Amino acid sequence: MNEVTKIDGIGSSVRRTEDKKFLTGKGRYTDDINRPGQVQAYFLRSDVAHAEIKSIDTKAAQSAPGVVGVFTGSDIAADKVGGPICGWVVPCRDGSSTKEPPHPLLAQGKVRFVGDAVAVVVAETMEQAKSAAELIDVDYNELTPVVDFVNADKGAQIHEEVPNNCYFDWELGDESATNKAIKSAAKVVKLSVRNNRLVPNAMEPRSALAEYDSLDESYTLHTTSQNPHLTRLVLAAFMFAIPESKLRVIAPDVGGGFGSKIYVYIEEAVCVWASKKIGRPVKWTADRTQAFLTDCHGRDHANDVQLALDDNNKIIGLRVDTVCNLGAYLSAFSVVVPTILHGTLLSGQYDIPAIYTNVKGMATNTVNVDAYRGAGRPEATYLLERTMETAAREVGMDPAEFRRINFIPKDAFPYQTQVALQYDIGDYEPHLDKAMEMIDYSNFEKRRAEAAKRGMYRGIGMSSYIEACGLAPSAVVGALGGRVGQWESASVRVNPTGTISVFTGSHSHGQGHATTFAQIVADKLGIPIENVEVIHGDTDKTPFGMGSYGSRSLASGGSAISKAVDKIINKSKKIAAHLLEASEDDIDFKDGKFVVGGTDKEKAFGEIALAAYVPHNYPLETLEPGLEENAFYDPTNFVFPSGTHIAEVEIDPATGVVEVVDWAACDDFGNLVNPMIVEGQVHGGIAQGIGQALLEDAHYDENGQLLTASYMDYCMPRADDLPSFKVGYTNTPCTHNDLGVKGCGEAGAIASPPALINAVIDALSPLGVTDMSMPATPQKVWKAIQESQSVAAE
Amino acid sequence: MYSTKYIKPNSTSEALEAVKSMGEGKFLAGGMTLIPTLKQRLASPDGLVDISGCDLDSISDEGDAIKIGAMTKHASVAESDLVKKAVPALAKLADGIGDRQVRNRGTLGGSVANNDPSACYPSAVLALKAIVHTNTRSIEADEFFTGMFETALEENEMIEAISFSKPTKANYVKFPNPASRYAMVGVFVAQFNDGVRVAVTGAGEGGVFRHAEMEAALSSNYNADALSALEISSEGLISDLHASPEYRANLIKEMTKRAVV
Ligand SMILES: Cc1cc2nc3c(=O)[nH]c(=O)nc-3n(C[C@H](O)[C@H](O)[C@H](O)COP(=O)(O)OP(=O)(O)OC[C@H]3O[C@@H](n4cnc5c(N)ncnc54)[C@H](O)[C@@H]3O)c2cc1C
Repeated sequence: MNEVTKIDGIGSSVRRTEDKKFLTGKGRYTDDINRPGQVQAYFLRSDVAHAEIKSIDTKAAQSAPGVVGVFTGSDIAADKVGGPICGWVVPCRDGSSTKEPPHPLLAQGKVRFVGDAVAVVVAETMEQAKSAAELIDVDYNELTPVVDFVNADKGAQIHEEVPNNCYFDWELGDESATNKAIKSAAKVVKLSVRNNRLVPNAMEPRSALAEYDSLDESYTLHTTSQNPHLTRLVLAAFMFAIPESKLRVIAPDVGGGFGSKIYVYIEEAVCVWASKKIGRPVKWTADRTQAFLTDCHGRDHANDVQLALDDNNKIIGLRVDTVCNLGAYLSAFSVVVPTILHGTLLSGQYDIPAIYTNVKGMATNTVNVDAYRGAGRPEATYLLERTMETAAREVGMDPAEFRRINFIPKDAFPYQTQVALQYDIGDYEPHLDKAMEMIDYSNFEKRRAEAAKRGMYRGIGMSSYIEACGLAPSAVVGALGGRVGQWESASVRVNPTGTISVFTGSHSHGQGHATTFAQIVADKLGIPIENVEVIHGDTDKTPFGMGSYGSRSLASGGSAISKAVDKIINKSKKIAAHLLEASEDDIDFKDGKFVVGGTDKEKAFGEIALAAYVPHNYPLETLEPGLEENAFYDPTNFVFPSGTHIAEVEIDPATGVVEVVDWAACDDFGNLVNPMIVEGQVHGGIAQGIGQALLEDAHYDENGQLLTASYMDYCMPRADDLPSFKVGYTNTPCTHNDLGVKGCGEAGAIASPPALINAVIDALSPLGVTDMSMPATPQKVWKAIQESQSVAAE
Repeated sequence: MYSTKYIKPNSTSEALEAVKSMGEGKFLAGGMTLIPTLKQRLASPDGLVDISGCDLDSISDEGDAIKIGAMTKHASVAESDLVKKAVPALAKLADGIGDRQVRNRGTLGGSVANNDPSACYPSAVLALKAIVHTNTRSIEADEFFTGMFETALEENEMIEAISFSKPTKANYVKFPNPASRYAMVGVFVAQFNDGVRVAVTGAGEGGVFRHAEMEAALSSNYNADALSALEISSEGLISDLHASPEYRANLIKEMTKRAVV
């Protein structure tokens, strides 16, 4: 870890400077913003999962009180407005490409999931809009819905462009080498797992407020986005065909996203369109039910795994066949999540000489599925770490030892996996050892015996995960089918008195960038953190940037800031050299001062700033005045955080309730800028992982109705569902960014579900239980216990 | 929500007059159930009569019973020294309803009038031989609950108070639905000189019910062991995403065992 040199520099747990407004309820979110003359939009949504629209009669709604406009798909089509686009496609096994059916802003001819927008009513108030929407008469010809994604190829075809409801059938790795390894193996461990479907549930529901200025023919959109520049690009270039300069997108305070606010949704586009049509600002805000029905969901995979071992229990091959549910339309990153972000992670922390994977992405009559905290990597980690533990049990080895003999050795880095990625650095045994020590692994059997005396089943389970974050480099992204660059931008403006305004292309929606980014600048310039302001989320202010997702903000966005600050320091040295009448090479910069080496001649950073803006004594003939620098940073590789999480549970056989009694997380995130914020990210990630493993499940019935569309039935983790976490770190600094940082935002959600399910299975293993699906609800666990007892009784 | 009238009278007689003057009026108590229903446009009453100003929130000791006003909030019942002393199980039940916000809005009368099959209070009413006092009559617990979300209340009949008999011993144990934290199964056990009453909520397709076999077993031996040999039937029990009838049957027995201490 970095040496702590200053109280508010890199490595110090500075309190989050943004929290004052959030904790006092003064955050300013999209729905808090109101514009003169504003009207409200309400979307009439399909209540059937799959149907042809025979007719829509909006006449009665048009003349309802307060209504200023009612529009349907034909109005959108008449104006030739495009729909959301897919940001990443992959090639198929048969040589074709991903099938990309159109996604109209309002349904045209067909509805494809419960929640699909059929019409929009714009009225003076939301209640008037809702009342008018009730007067719209839609005549449907219902079709058989496709809900079971594993058998979706046999269901009714949802899109003309998507035969067999298969968007893509992709592969990666060496199939024949892998099959050969499986054939020649001393043992093949087989496992089928499901990764349950989740609803992201950001605390702030999605919202949009669009305004059209007819005088300069420009739009302003306030919206709940994790990447306002991408939203602007998609809306301007692909949907409305207007110059980007005529659209300003502002993502003000945003209350969480977890991936669900990356994409451009139809609602914000319709608000933009309607604001011009009507000539008044148009606002839409989802209620919680709409959030359940229309926010992109996460996960929803079925994986068949075969792990081949030799006589010494060394892994010699891994084959994974995956079917995943992508829902009714392709969302922006639907395709990359289960392929590039999943298949490439299948080597985990292990030295596996042959890997092959095949992924089929299916269309169903459910809402779109896209990135959710971890995006592809939790699914890869879940199947692999479940299989590792199953294999260890089957060969009779301690799961820790089985992992240890298969780890990529420390001296093998950089390590080329068989699934495209090259890990730059890592060292896996230390975090395994430390996590085991933190949870007192060696005394576990004593605790199990003690619990048994109380009638409780106690179990322990682990997961050694790797993740790839800070998606990069752009050229590789392009070669893999990505349609975007994956760099990040920063602009560092030194104000005349030496205070700093940092404009970042990243976007904070809870992560604490205002603090972390300021720490980097403060540390590098030797100035107090109070002198650094971080500005984000407004396309008129910040340079074009890619936003925040995939744990990329520090590794990519922070590195861009670091580079811009380096440029500031370089220019400042030139100014200092002039003022101090010394050669630039003799100027050292330390603790906020420019010093002529070996002398006591010095200038403070503030003096340099002032000289740059009041250039009375300044080398104007060779140097521009002012002090402001931009940087665009394109990483040369992903960053690869890794770690080991160990969970300990107790199960009450009478009720099936699983209590998480202990948790040790030891992560290697490289250098930590703000350990307190990192710990918060780890806690939040584990909480979400525990939610997935024990509580959360988005459940559609066979008619395509979402049964878990409220908190009455969709179970979010609460504080009393969680233990007190033990959090520790190891550190192998990233080799290819200046800060030596990796990413920490998703690790908890990636590592935790398999650790927890492994612990549940371990607790029940004395009964002969070998499998448990997520979420391990009390009913499911109780039933597994009952069934094992009836088997035992036979 | 649809627009509707709202009035807040100062007495029960004014409230009754007001509700009768409306085509389809509704009493508004804590609003914890009614307001969400209105917001989702699942109900469109002609008017709301807020009865929070009608002096219906007192708790009094009536000798062999505790009388609680219909508008008494769950938090007030949970904190009441009178209740804690006379029927601690009732205070415990109130303290386990929803969250802090719900307990400081939701009322006894609203909960009992609503008769949600997963609500906690109906089990206490049934087990504690309560009498439901309305503006026109007194209804015995065994006559009051008539089915899921249904009660013996007539149109525009108002619950004013409920008297709970003091048991010699009682306990309420709830297995919460993991998501909603309403009762997936809740069991109220009450021992009186003339026998034991066991009321089960959260589990029955017809709402709260008494369990005759467990009552008989516990009346002859007030001990968890007395239940061991009992086979709890899953017939008539609710089946939903969270629990099958069989699992609910298991929980009924288990929660009852835990209640008998
Ligand atoms: C998040 C949440 C969690 C909850 N958890 C639980 C729980 O764990 N256990 C539980 O038991 N309950 C739970 N509840 C319900 C809660 O107890 C409510 O208080 C109760 O359902 C209704 O009471 P209220 O005073 O809010 O009634 P209201 O919502 O105002 O009224 C409900 C109905 O009763 C009628 N009514 C009200 N008062 C009277 C009266 N005096 N006479 C005749 N009719 C009347 C109304 O007209 C309406 O039809 C929860 C509620 C919420 C929102």
